[in-house]
Amino acid sequence: MQQVVSGLASGAIYASLALALVLIFRSTHVVNFAQGEMAMFTTYIAWELMHRGMSYWPAFALTLVIAFAGGVAVERVLIRPVEQASPIAIVIVTIGLLIAINGLAGWIWGADVKAFPSPFPNKAYDVAGVAVSSEDIGVFAVCVGTVVLLWAFFNFTTLGLAMRAVAINPVASRLMGVRVGWMLALGWGLAAVLGAIAGMMTAPSVFLDPTMMLTVLIYAFAAAVLGGINSPVGAVVGGLLLGVIVNLLGRYVDILGSELRLPSALFVLLVVLLIRPQGLFGHVVVRRV
Amino acid sequence: MPLLELEGVEARYGAIRALHGVSLTLEEGEVVAILGANGAGKTTTLRAVSGLVRRRGEIRFAGRSLLRDAPEAIARRGIAHVPEGRGIFDELTVWENLRMGAYVRISRRELKSEAERVFGYFAWMRERSGQQAGTLSGGEQQMLSLARALVSRPRLLMLDEPSLGLAPTVTQELFRVVKQLNAEEKLSVLVVEQNAEIALEAANRAYVLEVGRVAVEGSSDELRRHEGVRKSYLGY
Amino acid sequence: MRTPAPFTVVKLLLVGAVAALVAILPRFLGEFRLSQFTYVAIYFIALLGLNILSGYNGQISLGHGAFVAVGAYTTAILSLGRPGLEALTLAPPDWLPLGDGMRSVLTIPIAGLVAGLAGYLFGFPALRLAGVSLALATFAVAVSLPSVAKRFEDVTGGGGGLILSLPITPFGLDVSTPHWLYYEAWVTAAVLFAAAWLLLRGRAGRALRALRDGEVAAASSGVSPAAYKTFAFGLSSAYAGVAGALLAINVSYVNPDAFPVTLSILFLASVVLGGLSSLTGALLGAFVMEFLPIYAQNPPLVSELSKQAPAVTFGIILVVMMFFAPSGLAGLLRRFGGLLLPGSNR
Repeated sequence: MQQVVSGLASGAIYASLALALVLIFRSTHVVNFAQGEMAMFTTYIAWELMHRGMSYWPAFALTLVIAFAGGVAVERVLIRPVEQASPIAIVIVTIGLLIAINGLAGWIWGADVKAFPSPFPNKAYDVAGVAVSSEDIGVFAVCVGTVVLLWAFFNFTTLGLAMRAVAINPVASRLMGVRVGWMLALGWGLAAVLGAIAGMMTAPSVFLDPTMMLTVLIYAFAAAVLGGINSPVGAVVGGLLLGVIVNLLGRYVDILGSELRLPSALFVLLVVLLIRPQGLFGHVVVRRV
Repeated sequence: MPLLELEGVEARYGAIRALHGVSLTLEEGEVVAILGANGAGKTTTLRAVSGLVRRRGEIRFAGRSLLRDAPEAIARRGIAHVPEGRGIFDELTVWENLRMGAYVRISRRELKSEAERVFGYFAWMRERSGQQAGTLSGGEQQMLSLARALVSRPRLLMLDEPSLGLAPTVTQELFRVVKQLNAEEKLSVLVVEQNAEIALEAANRAYVLEVGRVAVEGSSDELRRHEGVRKSYLGY
Repeated sequence: MRTPAPFTVVKLLLVGAVAALVAILPRFLGEFRLSQFTYVAIYFIALLGLNILSGYNGQISLGHGAFVAVGAYTTAILSLGRPGLEALTLAPPDWLPLGDGMRSVLTIPIAGLVAGLAGYLFGFPALRLAGVSLALATFAVAVSLPSVAKRFEDVTGGGGGLILSLPITPFGLDVSTPHWLYYEAWVTAAVLFAAAWLLLRGRAGRALRALRDGEVAAASSGVSPAAYKTFAFGLSSAYAGVAGALLAINVSYVNPDAFPVTLSILFLASVVLGGLSSLTGALLGAFVMEFLPIYAQNPPLVSELSKQAPAVTFGIILVVMMFFAPSGLAGLLRRFGGLLLPGSNR
């Protein structure tokens, strides 16, 4: 039971990053391989802000603003020019971005790991016989809270509606007067915010270093594919599910040990994909020729 | 001053020229039809007005050039384009589709009364506003696409092949609404149709396009009597 | 029999010139430079394989490094043999046919076969995936491999890896060891290059390209997508395995951290930078990999401060190339070549 709870906390982190991937995929049809590195970079920015004397929550908020601006800028400057190019060209651009951001972080902040503070008190509660750490509760609450806010944004605001419309039919959206380019950039901005949150929630438990988000990114990919790469609900459910599965696998299946957690999770994913290539919640994308 | 005026408009898709100098006018309150065979450039003409295709020449709307405007800016000026294939947002509900129609020009408060106005023409939409648009029938989707365009209270409505793939009765219903809109609200309409008969019945005037040029133009009555038009497009 | 087009003759001459250059190059190089060029040959082989899969067949793979690792481990284990592994205080299970240690050069084809078989088998589940899902699945393979290697430490030596005996010139040949390694790598590369060229010019090459450009159309003209796509996976992995074998021989050490997922990413990046669907591109990509040294000298991407500049540069170059020359260095070369030889191209 305890494993399930802590699995939910890490699952919420995967869900946030998976949602970021899905957001971008739905609108731009790009899998952003640099999503994890963007998250890592913004987490460094948060660290820098705190290092210079800011307290946690103001730094947290300012980081989100910076992440948003960064995400918008990346779309406008780097992705827009290759929007019409082949999928492989776009994948390569995001991989180039991954390499460059990773290098840049190492360049600016060095490769030594840094301690990143947690905003939550280090306490454990006893809930119906299960020991639950406040860290887990906090991480879960922040991630799920963000997801709920985002859901409300997409469902109850005109801007959110327009972003959904653009993902479904960009040409018709233009005819409705929607500035499609900016909607895409907005999507990248929101994805970067989600990534920043995932990064800041991850950093306290694994320490801050330039490779910190690589594993998280892979779990997020897995979660997104598991849930269906074009389904936001799927990404969230997939993330939570994966968090729990990975934790249980690592704990109870002895032969796997901690080393094989990741591969076994990916194996589960592969099996799901073979049975249901569109993921649990996704629908088949019909390519128009 | 005409509401819409095209002068020697050329358009191309990559290397292929689709329009070779199309000129036409549409007065305020008129219904004008564009007829022609497949590939004559009818759809491209509408896309040129909307800015969905690269074009040269001159296009003026209410006296101002549209040539430098992007599609989203043109929509803001009051041209509602019901595209070929309807272009509805199939994963959104009927009501959300209508909200998208009101994305520009209409405030959230005005949306209610505009929607009521539209429901006056399509009563079924009121009860089914929560339904996912993708689950509507083809005719219903076409009506939704038209309704979505009307919600923005356009100055010019452009319809691209509204009859495509619809049962004759549904097509008639659709054109009945268009005629009613024109009569009661003085709505100006530019309609592209392959079904010349029904289009000429609704239109005051019409242009016949052949390979990217205007081949014949005139009032609906003149065209109905025109021997070439009769043979090629009306079939008698 | 039709006479070869003049452009093919030009190409053949160029290949001959490059081969001659490769053959005499060791005379002018010191030991360090020589080994750098040996690595160029190894990367060239790996990139040829990846190009068959991603360039000619359009299947994006972010897991090429995993198959390189399979080849490297095969060579390491076979050349040590059971006695060698036991000397490293490992206890390989009895049922594994490990042998008593082989000459390393003989393990190269076996490594190719083993990796090729692994790739071929992976090709079957991959059949149901395309585009993004495929990239993710191959990514998963690359991510998993180091942990798998660590887990089965009885054979792989776990995190500590396997130490091979230092390479020596075999068969009593009268050349120094670095020279031997250089020629070993380049002769292998030449053979595999020729094989790829012949293959891609013929029926199989047309089938692979047809599948890339439109699976439905290709299938309706009689090309079996399943057969050719798994074949492409198997072949590409076999190339990777051979490259891995040579890598193991040259480094005389294998361990899981030498094959991080970043290696696979770099392979894909290099092959694109060199030029997709171009065998010349694979060679150019190999030069990029070796001489823009972000992997070669510092296996994990992140190391010291000053060493980050190449990574940043590499990333930026990659992005800029996609903007201005999506056909890669080979495409640029062809464009300039076309200026020099009017009419030769198209």
